[in-house]
Amino acid sequence: MSGNVLDNEPILVATQVTRRFGGLVAVNKVDFTIPERSIVSLIGPNGAGKTTFFNVLLGVIDPTDGAVDFLGRRMIARPHRIVYESLIWLMPAVVLGLIAAGGVAAGILSGRLLALVGLGVLMLLIGTLLLSVIRPVWYQKRLARLGIFRSARPNDMVGAGVGRTFQNIRLFKNMTAIENVLVGMHPKLRSNLVSALLNTKGMQHEEAAALDRAQELLALVGLRGKGNEAARNLPYGDQRRLEIARALASDPKLLLLDEPAAGMNPKETMNLVALISRLRNDLGLTILLIEHDMKVVMGISDRITVLDHGDKIAEGTPEEVRRDPKVIEAYLGAPAV
Amino acid sequence: MTALPATSDAGSARAPAGRVFKLLVLLAIIVGIAWVAVTNLGADQAIEQLVNALTRGAIYALIALGYTMVYGIIELINFAHGDMFMVGAFVSLTFLGQILGLEGAVTNIPLLIVLLVATFAFTMSIMALVGVTIERFAYKPLRTAPRLAPLITAIGVSFILQNLVQLVYGPYQTNSPKIFPDTWVIEVGNASIPVLSIFIISVAVVLMFSLQLFIGRTRLGRAMRSTAADRDAAALMGVNINRTIAITFLIGSALAGAAGVVNGLQYGVARFDDGFQAGLKAFTAAVLGGIGNTLGAALGGFIIGFIEVGATAMGYTRWGPAIVFGVLVIVLVFRPAGLLGQQLGERA
Amino acid sequence: MSVVTDLTPQAAGGGRKRALQKTASKHHSWTIVVGMAIVGTLLAVLAYIPPFTLAQPSNAWIDGFTNAGVFVMLALGLNLVVGIAGLLDLGYAAFFAIGAYTYAYVASPFGNSIIGIPIVESLGSNVGGLVFWPMLLVGALVAATFGILLGAPTLRLRGDYLAIVTLGFGEIVPIVFLNSDAVTNGTNGIGGLLRPALPGMGSFSAINPWPYYVTMLVLVTVIMILCYRLVESRLGRAWEAIREDELAAAATGINTVTTKLLAFALGASTAGIAGVFNASKLVTVSPDQFTFIVSFTVLAMVVLGGMGNFWGVAVGAFTIYTINNVLLKTLNEFFDRVSMPILKDINFIELQFLLYGLALVAMMLLRPEGLFPNSRRQRELHTEMDEPGADELMGGDHELEQEDMR
Repeated sequence: MSGNVLDNEPILVATQVTRRFGGLVAVNKVDFTIPERSIVSLIGPNGAGKTTFFNVLLGVIDPTDGAVDFLGRRMIARPHRIVYESLIWLMPAVVLGLIAAGGVAAGILSGRLLALVGLGVLMLLIGTLLLSVIRPVWYQKRLARLGIFRSARPNDMVGAGVGRTFQNIRLFKNMTAIENVLVGMHPKLRSNLVSALLNTKGMQHEEAAALDRAQELLALVGLRGKGNEAARNLPYGDQRRLEIARALASDPKLLLLDEPAAGMNPKETMNLVALISRLRNDLGLTILLIEHDMKVVMGISDRITVLDHGDKIAEGTPEEVRRDPKVIEAYLGAPAV
Repeated sequence: MTALPATSDAGSARAPAGRVFKLLVLLAIIVGIAWVAVTNLGADQAIEQLVNALTRGAIYALIALGYTMVYGIIELINFAHGDMFMVGAFVSLTFLGQILGLEGAVTNIPLLIVLLVATFAFTMSIMALVGVTIERFAYKPLRTAPRLAPLITAIGVSFILQNLVQLVYGPYQTNSPKIFPDTWVIEVGNASIPVLSIFIISVAVVLMFSLQLFIGRTRLGRAMRSTAADRDAAALMGVNINRTIAITFLIGSALAGAAGVVNGLQYGVARFDDGFQAGLKAFTAAVLGGIGNTLGAALGGFIIGFIEVGATAMGYTRWGPAIVFGVLVIVLVFRPAGLLGQQLGERA
Repeated sequence: MSVVTDLTPQAAGGGRKRALQKTASKHHSWTIVVGMAIVGTLLAVLAYIPPFTLAQPSNAWIDGFTNAGVFVMLALGLNLVVGIAGLLDLGYAAFFAIGAYTYAYVASPFGNSIIGIPIVESLGSNVGGLVFWPMLLVGALVAATFGILLGAPTLRLRGDYLAIVTLGFGEIVPIVFLNSDAVTNGTNGIGGLLRPALPGMGSFSAINPWPYYVTMLVLVTVIMILCYRLVESRLGRAWEAIREDELAAAATGINTVTTKLLAFALGASTAGIAGVFNASKLVTVSPDQFTFIVSFTVLAMVVLGGMGNFWGVAVGAFTIYTINNVLLKTLNEFFDRVSMPILKDINFIELQFLLYGLALVAMMLLRPEGLFPNSRRQRELHTEMDEPGADELMGGDHELEQEDMR
């Protein structure tokens, strides 16, 4: 099965991703692809740059160089030509203003009409400013066509179909489990300000359906019946599962798990591995794992990539990586002669 | 709390060029302003206004230091800090007026010196005490609370201070004995520069310089810097966090007290609500210079002084506060790190 | 404001259907309407019985309740911003002012002369007040626009900076109104505003407080219903998520900038509505009606009443206003008459801000969730302050914080 999976089309392609912090190169020209429906792991000793790379993939920080494409669309790259964007949102208003000025000069525009046009210019200005702040997807795509690119932010990545969990669990501690999952569904729900204010039938249906789905997700990760617990009160293992449920709520195609097995005992770890397998096998998800627990990594990964000091030093199946001398050296130091 | 090394990824190769550029821009601005001032006001007026600006700036700088130090160490905007300045002004006027019974200028120089030293010592000590007390009872319990809580408390403290003063001294202006004769002037061409202004500027510079020395060279100063950089690490290294924070408040409040004394000497009046506006302007100064950076606070203070005096000189007195707040909004929006601070970009 | 408090663990299968129906009626709009009707009637009755009638005439009470209602509206709006979304806005009075002045431009002779449309003249002062009703919406929109303008560049700042910026804005707006004499009539303000009018009834009068009172009740009811609907929706969840953990909220796909902007805009629009109403009642607007004191008072009401809980905030606002404007005055008169030695000399009205300050500090130290807290807030505020969370014990990962550098 594994062999076939690795031949799938990649859903994520990272090219020459580099991230520098002043003089320190945390990630150095890393190429990385994730084939569809595969489970790939990213490992390396502490300080290897795994989390930084992760954060670049997720839009938390900009890369210094390189790019990341997801589902064929460029999501992350060093921003370029942002200055032109300001021109773009100034332009419509300026153009209208110039036309108005022309009208005034020609004497055809004055008094009330002028005031109206003036108001129109103002509204246009505000509108375009808002666009540049809110950045809907169609706006970003238009800009991309013009060569103006701004790297995706975390919520853009989620909208595109990437879900994530955190290394040290960032649940909404004071919300209940089911509320956490409902928040996770945010990008997929369609009710907005107006439908909320008007309490439309559509919104009510959507909320009811959302609740159903949230219950399903909780059951999927093994938290059936615990929906009303405050997230804070859940035992550690359950909190980890809840985070996964929340990440699943946005219907992602790719799931990034940051040390999901940290702090778990062997039994919990086994359950987690089973869950991850189920996510790929039953739901067709693609999974990227950062993990230190080698049993988990070796046991479940189709492919492992090893980073050390920012460089990719090895990549291959678990057996290949296990025997790779560079990997052994990175973890254990230079081999004894 | 001098700025930590910048961690932006502007390659180090670009830094010298960038710095030279910034310096040139600064020079251009200064020359430009000087030219505008001289052509609009005439050379003597320009000089007088320059001195004026430096004096006001000195006052704002002293207050701004307190803001920036406290923010640097516990990331709290101490709303009540402006009112510490106001209380300091009232403490000094009580000392001079009620306790010592003075009313006007004191021309006997040795006596004047003694009185000045005494006033500063008295006011700064009391304000230091007040500051430490407020920190201990109103802010310390909330150190782990979500940010909203100490902010609201600080506003509450501000109101308490203002109203206590108002209860005792009434809502109108109270006179503050101007013991430093403002008739002493130095003539430079046609411009007369009050010795008082020079005194104020010198006091401010001396205090700021001492502060920089203290922070940079002493053990306590190191403790303050390390606590500001990483509180947990500092605690692990044996730094007594509570004491360090208390000392920060102590120093900040004392400086605000000094500003109050100086303000009383210069303007001869004090009012219970002086702290609000002065505090906001001083905070703008701190942000402008780079919050957390003491040199920046001083720089920012002087810049704000210039802006304010400039606005008045050009006839826009009534717009003065609006301009200063406008500066605040602009700085926070376009360059929240201020002039000398490190990049604080907050990304969600 | 949990959506699912009605879902019990045994809700599986058939039970779930029942439970979901219960959630549908969570939008307790009718509860609010009935509740407000009861409160409105109760207050009206109280105004006519002793001991209330002894303190001041009934009409003055009704009028006072209406004024309190304005502050209730303001507090509800600020609660959205501060209590639900967690954004500290210290210049809320600016939006109040914007709403008021917007009405002034449309509904006064001076204002009409500035915008060049003689509304007052053409409609006449008896029917002219009809503009009040659409102006409620217009005022809300204008205020919301300014909320967006202020928020767009500043909402990405961290909480304390945002607070200061809003404070600055709150200072700038009255100064602008004060100094632009040509356009705003400066210190004197704009007078001669039209009172609201209803077809068939003509214009509200200066002497009869009832039309204003009922209008206030309706406005408060509508605002409260809308607020509850917002909080129980997807948007409300997003706000609470942002308030709890902004980074995690973004990681869950919430566009934090837009969501915060919406909170700001909606809060501002509520203040706008209050501004229009208040202007139509006072029939003048002037810059000194919109000082920091007003912003601070509304903030105090939200904090003391219970951040996040709309009913609590409403009660808090009403109570504080009444205490300010009635109790303190009455205490003054009482101690004057009774002639107690020290208490007689204290001017309680002057003391009010001292009391506010003390109350705020005490609240923050002892009961930061306010008097009528939102249960979730209570959990939030007490855990953080009393014990470290599990993640802190586990050794929190600070890497992420440092890397939030974009």
